[in-house]
Amino acid sequence: MKPSLFDYVAPRSVDEAISLLKEDSGAMILAGGQSLIPAMNMRLASPSRLIDIQNIPGLAHITVGNGKIAVGAMARHREVELHDGAAAANPVLRAALGHVAHIPIRNRGTVVGSLCHADAAAEMPMILVLTGGSVLVAGSDGRREIAAQDFFQFHMTTSRQPDEMVVEAQFPVLPPGAGFAFEEFTRRHGDYAIAAAGCILTRNGAGAVATVALAACGVSSKPLRLFAAEQILAGTRLTAADIKAAGDAACAVVTAPGDMHATAGYRKHLFASLVRRAVEKAAARAQ
Amino acid sequence: MSTRLFGARIKRNIDPQLLRGEGSFIDDIPLAQALHVAFVRSPFARARINSIDISAAVAHPGVAAVYTCDNVGPLDIEMPLLIPHSSMHDARTQRPLARDDVYYVGQTVAMVVAVDRYTAEDAAALVDVDYDPRDVEIDLEKAILDDAPLVHDTHERNVAAHFVQVCGYPDSAIAQAEHVTKIRVQVDRSTAAPMECRAVAAQFDEVTGELTVWDGTQAPISVRGGLASIFKLDEDKVRVIAPNVGGGFGQKVLLFYPDELLVPMAAMQLGRPVKYIEDRRENFVGSSQERTQIHFMELYAKKTGEVIALRDSFLHDTGAFIPYGIAVAQVASTSIAGPYRIPNIWVEFKAIYTPTVPVTPYRGCGRPQACFAIERAMDQLADELGLDRFEIRRRNLIADHEFPYDREGLIFADGLKVSLDSGQYHKALAMMEERLDAPSFAAEQAKARAEGKHLGLGLAFYVEGTGLGPYEGGHVRIHPITGKVYVNTGLTSQGQGHDTVFAQIAADQLGVKPEDVILVEGDTKAFDWGVATFASRAAVVSGNAIHKSAMIVKRKALQAAANMLEADVGDVELKDGAAWIKGTDRKVPLSAVATATNPLRYAFNEAAQAATQFAPASRHDGPSLDEGEHPGLEATDYYSPPCATWAYGVHGALIEVDPELCSVTIRKYVCIHDCGNMINPMIVEGQVMGGIAQGLGGAMYERIEFDETGNMLNANFVDFLVPYATEIPDVEIHHLETPSPLNALGVKGVGEAGCIAVGAVVASGVEDALKALGGGTFRHTPITPSMIHAALDAA
Repeated sequence: MKPSLFDYVAPRSVDEAISLLKEDSGAMILAGGQSLIPAMNMRLASPSRLIDIQNIPGLAHITVGNGKIAVGAMARHREVELHDGAAAANPVLRAALGHVAHIPIRNRGTVVGSLCHADAAAEMPMILVLTGGSVLVAGSDGRREIAAQDFFQFHMTTSRQPDEMVVEAQFPVLPPGAGFAFEEFTRRHGDYAIAAAGCILTRNGAGAVATVALAACGVSSKPLRLFAAEQILAGTRLTAADIKAAGDAACAVVTAPGDMHATAGYRKHLFASLVRRAVEKAAARAQ
Repeated sequence: MSTRLFGARIKRNIDPQLLRGEGSFIDDIPLAQALHVAFVRSPFARARINSIDISAAVAHPGVAAVYTCDNVGPLDIEMPLLIPHSSMHDARTQRPLARDDVYYVGQTVAMVVAVDRYTAEDAAALVDVDYDPRDVEIDLEKAILDDAPLVHDTHERNVAAHFVQVCGYPDSAIAQAEHVTKIRVQVDRSTAAPMECRAVAAQFDEVTGELTVWDGTQAPISVRGGLASIFKLDEDKVRVIAPNVGGGFGQKVLLFYPDELLVPMAAMQLGRPVKYIEDRRENFVGSSQERTQIHFMELYAKKTGEVIALRDSFLHDTGAFIPYGIAVAQVASTSIAGPYRIPNIWVEFKAIYTPTVPVTPYRGCGRPQACFAIERAMDQLADELGLDRFEIRRRNLIADHEFPYDREGLIFADGLKVSLDSGQYHKALAMMEERLDAPSFAAEQAKARAEGKHLGLGLAFYVEGTGLGPYEGGHVRIHPITGKVYVNTGLTSQGQGHDTVFAQIAADQLGVKPEDVILVEGDTKAFDWGVATFASRAAVVSGNAIHKSAMIVKRKALQAAANMLEADVGDVELKDGAAWIKGTDRKVPLSAVATATNPLRYAFNEAAQAATQFAPASRHDGPSLDEGEHPGLEATDYYSPPCATWAYGVHGALIEVDPELCSVTIRKYVCIHDCGNMINPMIVEGQVMGGIAQGLGGAMYERIEFDETGNMLNANFVDFLVPYATEIPDVEIHHLETPSPLNALGVKGVGEAGCIAVGAVVASGVEDALKALGGGTFRHTPITPSMIHAALDAA
């Protein structure tokens, strides 16, 4: 478990990082290294060059404003988790971050790194999808914003081009009066989700569902919005039958095959429960 | 000392050093210019090797040597069979490097030695092995069918061993039975997963001809014997040291892993130190595993629930080789009746070759499987007879007055009889009943169900034959300058706290502080008579040996001090680091006594100056040392147990199952256990707690997953789920102390105890929790959420 030979470079600017990326198609960006380094040690990844971005100024920010939480590429999971402004602006981030591995890993790992790694069972990509967030990508032709829905393509695959670098993630703040929930099941604390469901929900004056967002990870080849379940809940008063119907509809998106941690049947059963619990909890929190 | 140290909660001597990160593990040992090893391992579970081309690896910059079976000289052999037994024929063991055939994924095929591990891994990838893969069967029950692919052509239906043991008269007892309970149970494969993987480093000194090997083994004396034999070296020229070792759990006593022979060979051939530090993946695919057994048990009972006979037939997966013989299966088969009288037993096992990592004892060594079988069967019998689970056990437990309770006809793994020597089984069960408030549990369960919660009570009793022979020794010496006590034994420590408990034993005899007792073990230059650390035997076997040696030294010290103080020996006592005339302030420091007992001494130090103020230590005329007299205060003695001494305990839990998440939460876990007299209750609790945590791993989380081709799918800590501290509930531990009648200290082993009953407890509790939902039976560990879902789905 030792990596094969690689070059190491530590650029001082985003432009420099991008030009380094451009000149070597085998290069990879190193941020917190909590996924990449183990993969290299197992020789599952053998980058020809590591571009370490930790010395680039201006990438570690966490700012709240203009209706969003902006998280720079070098902001660590733990920094975002402990950021009171971010937690106040959208508490679902802190709720989900508590499930991301363990504190020593969160101390090193970055939110943007996790988004770029795009593990289909990871929490933060799902949160980006749930909140309707986006990433800001820098390339040699300038910067572009990619919506979460367009960013995640497949397990460990995003629409970032090889010579592009994600410099910031943007999570919208929680809508006024909205309730939120993040429900995950793992066999051990801190592991990747067998399944997880997130919910952000607002109710109108009569108590009916005004807006609802539901998202999932661990159940498909990428983090998903659960549009069918959302449609079932929209406008309802969230009776037990409504919630059950939403859970059942959510099950239809479960395409992950059975694996050593969950049979396909169990994952569906579990996921329906998590969706129901997420909706119930979010509804209880909504004003 | 006025207060006895034996039995005291003394903090562990070793902890400050380990907690400050000042331990010295093998990879910490500085070896100048060391070369590093990487192995080429088989990617196939079973294949013929057509050819091995090492030319590219040899040519790789930084490579010192590449070895295959063709250039390892005396190591091109099948490694020894540790424990021969008549139930095996032509027992198969592994070669250090494969010749012609490979038998499991991970088997060592070639060894690369290079300037660093990175280079060695790069070069290992360049070794080109041409394999001809063969069909395999991984499923234990299919591996014994007539048409199953064979692991070894020499062994039909893959049967490595077949053994039947009988106690009493099972046939006639079965004829008198009024009820029979039949059950099939299965325990899946796991691994010890020590925090420090295995490691070997070796250095050969051309000038002295001495080979020094640092090996994270549990058995350095045996490793030395093997190395000396195979390389034809004087035993005196081979020194094997097991320094700080990060966990063993049985995995680190194989004799031999390929690296334990190949690394010293390379060090001798290449004239430079050579180091092999096993990585986690290698530990999964290359170091021993255990546990898979499938039992078919029948309990023959009276209507009262009294079990009069037991039949058990089980399959034991031994992996690709059987280097340890039938030890694991034999321990399981002789523990099969647990703590119950059951006077008539017929137990049979077949050990089966499968093309997987070889199986050798892992903490528990067959006992968790046996416990799972008998305890699940007892629960089922209770259910079928409409009896409470405590009651069925009460009706069958051996009573206090029935000890020693012999199981004539059963031979334990040490080749000696099975004799449950002592215990208070009924008291333990009653304590558990009280601690779990069992009489009111049914009401609590009903109330919880009304609130939509599903609670169950889990219960299991275990016994453990501990302290296996053949012997260990203890060497005790009082140092003449400092008065400190030096103790040696032939064991090694992997974190158990030997240095503290052995210090307590010696300090009680010699009247010194436990921190003034210095234990040196795990080094063949320090002490080289003995066996190894395994089988819950250190406290029993070495503990008693050290006790005996310390008593001899005490006698010598008292006599010498009496001479020096010109007092009667009966009036002298040892306390506070000195010999005192009882009831007076007249004393002589132990250092001075130790100095005075050496006829050649120097006046360099206070002890020597103090000694001159007293009368001579020895009263005789003639030569300085009288015939039979030895210099100094020193003794070596040995302890050889007559047979295993049996510890026991009962575990119980209140468990909640969430049928939506299919999750299991342990609300309360209680352990009542008895390992005889406790030398240090804190260390006992640590052992028990660690065992329970490891047991919970096996009960709910850990399973080695092979695909159909024999590839391990979870050879990493992401997918092989060792529980974290977050998964381990608080555990209530209660002690009973029934002294072992078999040894002077009255102690029994406790190293493996904690893990044995846990699987049965969890299964029992989950089954009870889901009964109202028609959740069926749980007879297979680990119990996973998927398993619970399947059970509920079928309801």
